[in-house]
Amino acid sequence: MIGGLALQLNFYITGKTLVVSFSGELDHHTAENIRKKIDSYYDEKMLKNIVLDLDNLNFMDSSGIGLILGRYKKAMNNNGKLLLANASTRVKKILVMSGITKIIKIYDSVSNALDNI
Amino acid sequence: MHDNYMKLEIPSKSQNEAFVRVVVASFASQLDPTIEELADVKTAVSEAVTNAIIHGYENKMGIITIECRIIKNKLEIIVEDKGKGIEDIEKAMEPFYTSRPEMERSGMGFTVMETFMDELKVQSEVGKGTVVKMVKVFKSISSEG
Repeated sequence: MIGGLALQLNFYITGKTLVVSFSGELDHHTAENIRKKIDSYYDEKMLKNIVLDLDNLNFMDSSGIGLILGRYKKAMNNNGKLLLANASTRVKKILVMSGITKIIKIYDSVSNALDNI
Repeated sequence: MHDNYMKLEIPSKSQNEAFVRVVVASFASQLDPTIEELADVKTAVSEAVTNAIIHGYENKMGIITIECRIIKNKLEIIVEDKGKGIEDIEKAMEPFYTSRPEMERSGMGFTVMETFMDELKVQSEVGKGTVVKMVKVFKSISSEG
């Protein structure tokens, strides 16, 4: 587990997919902290796809949208996919509002997301 | 009857974003908000403060002032910085427009504020600063005192 007090990340790998589980709040401050951590881990392990597990995310503003889009572009540039899992009603509200759900799908569990890689 | 006021000054450090959210949410709880109303307010104020940090002060040091006023069943929030100012407010408020794409900004800050709050007014002067004023009407209590 890495991160700070406000946001923690858990990484696990399955096949060529990085699953990142978020706990806490995703805002400009925490997004800045974790952006490079996700990218370095993805690069270091030479992975392809990314699943973001938002189950324990209890706050997200548009900085989170920027973070998700950035990782989406990274996966796409590598011929991989990025999927979201476990978005709460609250988090879904901002995801849908941003239009990001037109290009990135939300699944109701990490295993469903992984089945659709 | 329960009209109230608060003012908070913080340096433009990103770790203060969470702190401001908590303070404003705490103040807003006097209006007996629903969880959704509170979350809307927290998200909107988070956007405004983030804008002041990233754009107003361009990640340099400055003071951000947050004022809240409760008038009957309305919460008025004013976020002010004395930073760079916005040259073209209309353009800045366009969804997806960002002047800092290299920072992975989604350009959705003002759109979030507009969507989650009931009123949004932005005043700015280049070189002087920006004032963002937002109002949320709380449906759960009656508008009479």
